[in-house]
Order: sequence, then C-alpha cells, then structure tokens
Amino acid sequence: MATVAAGIANRISLSMPKANTDTRLDGAAKHFGAANIDIIRLDGAEKHFGAVRALGGVDFHVGAGECVGLVGHNGAGKSTLMHMVAGTLVPDSGAITVRGSAERDYSVPRALELGIRCVFQELSLCPNLSVAENTRINHPSLIGFGWRRKAAELIAAKLDEIFPDHGISASDIAGDLSIGRRQMVEVARAFTLTEDPLALVILDEPTSSLDAHTAGQLLAFVRRFVASGGSCILISHVLGEVLQNADRIVVMRDGKVVAADAASAFDRDRLVATMGGAEGHQRTAAETRKAEAGPLRVKARPARQQDGKELVARAGEIIGLAGLAGHGQTDLLLAIFAAAQRARTGIEVTAPVALVAGDRQSDGIFPQWSIAENIGIRSLALLRSGLLISPQREAELADFWKNKIGIRTPDMNNNIYSLSGGNQQKALFARALGSDAGIVLMDDPMRGVDIGTKLEVYDLVREEAGRGRTFLWYTTETEELDNCDHVYVFKNGRIVANLGRDELTEEKIIQSSFGDAA
Amino acid sequence: MASLRTMLAKPWIWSFIGAFVVWLATIAFTGGYGAGGMITAALSLAVFTVIVGVGQMFVITLGPGNVDLSLPANIGLASAVAMKVMDGNDAMIAVGLIAALGCGAAIGAANYLLIWALRIPPIIATLSASFIIQSIDISYGRGLQIKPPPGFADFTNWQILGIPVLALLTVVFTVGAATALQRMIYGRSVLAIGQNIRAAWLAGVNVGRVRFLTYTLCGALGGIDGALLAGYFRGANVDIGNEYLLASIAVVVIGGTSVAGGKANVPGVWGAGLFLVLLLTMLNTFGVSAGVRLVLTGLIIVGVITAAGGEKAVR
Repeated sequence: MATVAAGIANRISLSMPKANTDTRLDGAAKHFGAANIDIIRLDGAEKHFGAVRALGGVDFHVGAGECVGLVGHNGAGKSTLMHMVAGTLVPDSGAITVRGSAERDYSVPRALELGIRCVFQELSLCPNLSVAENTRINHPSLIGFGWRRKAAELIAAKLDEIFPDHGISASDIAGDLSIGRRQMVEVARAFTLTEDPLALVILDEPTSSLDAHTAGQLLAFVRRFVASGGSCILISHVLGEVLQNADRIVVMRDGKVVAADAASAFDRDRLVATMGGAEGHQRTAAETRKAEAGPLRVKARPARQQDGKELVARAGEIIGLAGLAGHGQTDLLLAIFAAAQRARTGIEVTAPVALVAGDRQSDGIFPQWSIAENIGIRSLALLRSGLLISPQREAELADFWKNKIGIRTPDMNNNIYSLSGGNQQKALFARALGSDAGIVLMDDPMRGVDIGTKLEVYDLVREEAGRGRTFLWYTTETEELDNCDHVYVFKNGRIVANLGRDELTEEKIIQSSFGDAA
Repeated sequence: MASLRTMLAKPWIWSFIGAFVVWLATIAFTGGYGAGGMITAALSLAVFTVIVGVGQMFVITLGPGNVDLSLPANIGLASAVAMKVMDGNDAMIAVGLIAALGCGAAIGAANYLLIWALRIPPIIATLSASFIIQSIDISYGRGLQIKPPPGFADFTNWQILGIPVLALLTVVFTVGAATALQRMIYGRSVLAIGQNIRAAWLAGVNVGRVRFLTYTLCGALGGIDGALLAGYFRGANVDIGNEYLLASIAVVVIGGTSVAGGKANVPGVWGAGLFLVLLLTMLNTFGVSAGVRLVLTGLIIVGVITAAGGEKAVR
C-alpha cells in the first residue's frame, strides 16, 4: 500500500510544473520551478583530508527541474562535493540546506528520505548478487513472498525505459556483467521508485563505461526526467555531454568553484579555459606520422571470427578497437595478454606486453600499497640490484612518472587510495609505460579521467609510439580514435571493419557497429 | 615521542608487548624466580612455531581461502623420515635433514597440485591431503618412536649463554624470510596476489609459479620443523606435530598478518610465538587446568582477529 501511495504522490509532484488547471497548484509549481527554494544548497562547504584541502569554501545549489553540469580536472573536488550532497561525507565547516530548511545531522539515510540519490563513479553493485537482489538493497519496502520478483520487475521496467534493447536480465549476477552493463544497472537502479521520493540524482561519470549509443539513451532519459520536474547533477569529462544536456554548468578547480553560469553561456573552449591547465594543447592527432611498416608485433584473430579478418599491429602503431561496449574488444586484449605468457593458437605476440586496466578496482589497483609500489610492480625485475629490489630505484621510477604524467600527491609513498580516481588511473598508466613492454594494451583506460589529463596522455602515447612502442587501444569514446593509425570495429566478438586513418569518421564506426556482421 | 608513535603503529609490536606482559606477570607471581630460565625455555619452544608460522604466513598472505592445514601430518611424516634416514648414526644427520626437507617440499607441491589441477579449495585440499599423509606415516613408522642420533639430539638442545643455538639460527632464517617478503620479487608477488589476484596477473606477476613456490616452501618448512622436533623431543612420532595446526595459524594472525591476505610481517611471528609459549608457561605456573588453557588460547585468537579487523581502508 505504502508503495502505491508513494508512487502516486510522486507522480503528482512530478507533474506539478505542468499542471495549470488548478491555480493553486500552478502557484506552487511556479514557486518550486523558479528555484526560490533549492532542492539542496551548500554554503561555504570545506573539507580537509589530513593536510590536503579537498574543498575550500564552496557554495553550490541545485534547483528543482534543473540539470546542473559539474566539470573540473581530476582532484578538483567534484567527487568530494558530491559526497557531501549525498551525505556520505560531512563537511568540516559550512551549512547544508534542503528545500529551505537547514539540515544539521545530514547523512545518507536523511538524503534518501529527502529524495537525493547518487550514482558514484566507483561502481557499487554487489558482484555476488543478481541484478534484482542488488535493486532490493535500495528498496527495503520490498519484503515478504515474491520480493525478488517485485525487485526484478522494478529494475527491468526501468532498464527498458532508459536503455531499450539493453539485453540485461534481472536474474544476471552483477559480477558476470561487463563494466558497461553494470553501469547501466547502477544508473537504472538510482531511478527506481518505491517508498522514498525521488527529487535529485547525482550522476558521477555515468557514461564513462558506455558506448556512444547507450550514452545517448541515458542522456535522453536524463532530459526527460528533468523536463518532468526532477533534478540532476551531471559530472562528466566528456564536455560535449555536459554542454548539450545541462541547464547550468559549474566549473571547479583546486577545491573551489571558479565559474557557474547557464550552459548556453559556455562553449567548449571557454570550459577548457576555465578548468585551466589544458590551454596549451591543440588537437594535433591528425598530424601526419610516417606510416612505414615496422616489424610485426601482434597478429590476432578473435576466437569467434569466422572469416579471415584479423588484427595486425606493427611496431610504432597505435591501433584502435572500436564498436559498442562489450562486443569482444576486452576479450581480445586479454587473449593477447595471455598469449604473451603462453602460446595460443591464432595469436602471435613478439614483444613483452603490459596492460592498462580500465576497470581499475578489479583489474588494476593494489589497495594495501603506496602509489610507488603500485607503479613498480610491473617492473620489479628492472628495479633489482642483485637479488633485492632497490628502494632507491623504485622511488626514482615513481618520481620520474610523478613528474612526467603529473600525479597529484605530496608523497608517492602515500597509499594509492589517497589519490582521486583520475590520478589512480595515471598511476596505472605509469605502471605500464614505465615497464619494458613493447606492446601496451589499453582497456578503455580513460574512464573518469579529465580532459587535461587525457590530452597529456594522448601526447605521451604518441610520443611513446614514435619510439617504437605499439598500442592497442580499446575505447568507448569516439574522439579518442582520432589518435589511432588504424581502427578495428567489433561486433558480437568479431572484427567487422578495418578502417584506416583517412576513412575514420564517427558515422562510419556507428554504421559498422550496427551493420550486419559479415 | 615520534619514534615511539611509529613503533606503536607497527602491527607486530603488540605481540612483543603481549609476550613481555605475560612474562612480567609470571615472574611477579613466582617472585622473580626462574625469570631467565623461562626465557630460555620460551625461545627453545617458540622456534618450532616460528618456523612453521613463517611458512603459514606466506600461504595465508596469498589471499582469502589460502591456508595449509596439512602441516601437522607433514611434520609427523617428516620427523619419521628424518629419524629413519639418520638411523641413530651421527654421520647421517645432514642426509636426514635433506630427506625431511625433501619430504616436506614434496607434500607442499602435492598440495598445490590438488589445488591447481583439481581446482579444490586450499582448505579442503590440504585437509584431505593430511589424512593421506597421516596414513602413510602410520604404515611407514609403524607407530614406533624412533630415536634421533645423539649428536643431533644434543645439537637441538645446545645453548650459548642460555640462548639456544637453534633460536639464533632461526633468527637468521627469519631475517632472510623478511627480506624475501619485502625486498624480493617473490615476496612482492605474494603480496600482490593476496591483494588482488586478477590485478596481479594483469600486472605481469606469474601467479601460478608464485603460488606453487609458496605451498612448496611452506611444506619444506614443515618438513625441517619435523626433523628438529624429533631431535628436541628425542624421538619421532605421528602426533608430534598436532599442536602446530592451531599454533601456526595463531602466530600469523596474532603477529599482525592480515587473514584477508596481501599484508604480512615476519617479526610478528616471533613475537606471537614467544607470546603463546609464555602464555602456556604462565597458565601452568598459575596452576590452571588444560581445558582452561585451551579456552583462553582460543579466546585470545578471536580477540586479536576482532581487534585487527577493526581497521578499515580509507574510502
């Protein structure tokens, strides 16, 4: 009963801005719609972690029926700020106001009660539970016989609504899903509705593991949600997404808000300039690089390939792996990685291999270790003097990459988790690039990495390729493919197209991704 | 003051503090009588726990589920093998020790074979292996107590200024083990696997080889421990290793090694080994019955795991 009542109440509240038959309601709607009373407002929020100032006095607010875009470099304080909005972190000082009333003991349960929810960047599904069971975690009201079925219906309906043709079953175990599908479930779950109201959803890098098509579905849904009176905070490093979908954009830098304005007042260049740090970079990807044929490094045929197509990579080449997420790109990278250790049929690898993980929690990070140890693990043999690992050489390697790739930390001996998500990813890049590997496999490694860092890493990749390293680069962001010499498009575990640099366009990739596999 | 704080932050310091407190409590009870002798006895006995404890530590550090439950049976069989090969003859001591080492290493390798080839969880694999080993031991040793050569028995009881020589040698060995853990590729690999086995594989760690080496090393340490125990207690028998099932795991945990894997330290094994022996001595001195002793040992281990499990990673 309670569920139904809450559902009806919510439908009414969501339809309020449109209701114009009843003048009283209309007045109320205007009242809310005009953002006189914000869903949430933070004044002078500050947060320190030890000696590190994560937030230095930030004012931030979200109105009803508004989509706020939040951008800034890694470590600018976006995630910290969102943790405060969601109630997972308490500000050292500053006030939180929800719908005009001050919240003294603001916490996660309180936030949920007020209809404020969050999809964090680090995915939070329990890997051993099914999609339906994971959904139940957020909905304590689903009890009694058949709770699993009710949860399954709830999440399936939402998935159908947001991502038609998603191909996810509510009985799938979360850990068996690809990272992209886990992200879809996570997002859909945040929008499911039972007892608690739904007013504001924080989406922290919601499209980082989604391909262009699925990301488009999600953003269209966000627009519908906002149009029906809901509010949203959208954090993304894909600036185009923010520019097209946000009503208002807030730019953060070094723990402070440096600009906040209507989205229409920004364009890409102004955003990049406001975020700072990346002005010097131009998109030099298209620069002509000599495409002479170097020695063969990798030759691989996907396991499910039926025709003669195969991936060929030579020394000094940057090879892109494209297509919709989860269509066999990661599988092929892992097969190549395994083939470097033990011979496999259909795959030829002629140099040492290193991998940059995209799913860094499960494939990359060693949580007990310092940043330096996390970087050094791939190069232990080179760090030895005699039989022992030299602490001095390990520190040198770490410091070299700290400067080269710009890892933001006072001390490389700090735990890896003292870094923000993007900086952890930089450490994983340093691990691979600092090794002896002639072939670097990149498994969609730019998840949660800001635009400035991305441009730096692109430069680094091209520089390393110029020195003869081979890169195999799976990415869900079409823009990144501009850096590649050659792009293989995948569908259903097979290579369906092989595009040279001059034939490379977004249309062509999408066309191949959806076209019939030959 | 700052150095004191960094000392207190070390996970192994608590086991030494515990050992010291227990020692103080005992000599306070006896009025100072037997303070030195108690340390000598503690060192002699702790050696055997420390040797298998180090092996168990490497295995446990491989990550959740990894544990070697075949150590007691392994120790029993190796003690019989060593004594039979030595055959009461001083000239055969070295050969007997090598035989014990080889026997233990073979058991460790067989354990890993079960785990790897048949994909049996380590707990089940090593436990079932221990039944097979024990049966071999019974039929091999015919349940008889086999005496060590006199030279070997003397060696295991030899002391310099009240410090057992065996304890000194074990200190040298543990320094080596600590170096291997922190400064060698092998140790780093074990720590990496314990934290995240998939990430370790993707970072280029040879996961299979490191796990194989670790189980083999643990088995070999069990083997040498069996031979030394037979020398110290002047005879091999099937039950000689029984108490090392709980003790080997207890010293690892009390010493500050994470049961979840990926975090280990060697000094703590020494501190915890001394602590356990001194605790027994104290309870004996107080005249507590055997049952209460076991209850207290169990409670202490549960307490330590609870206290150690309290610290969580930030974020």
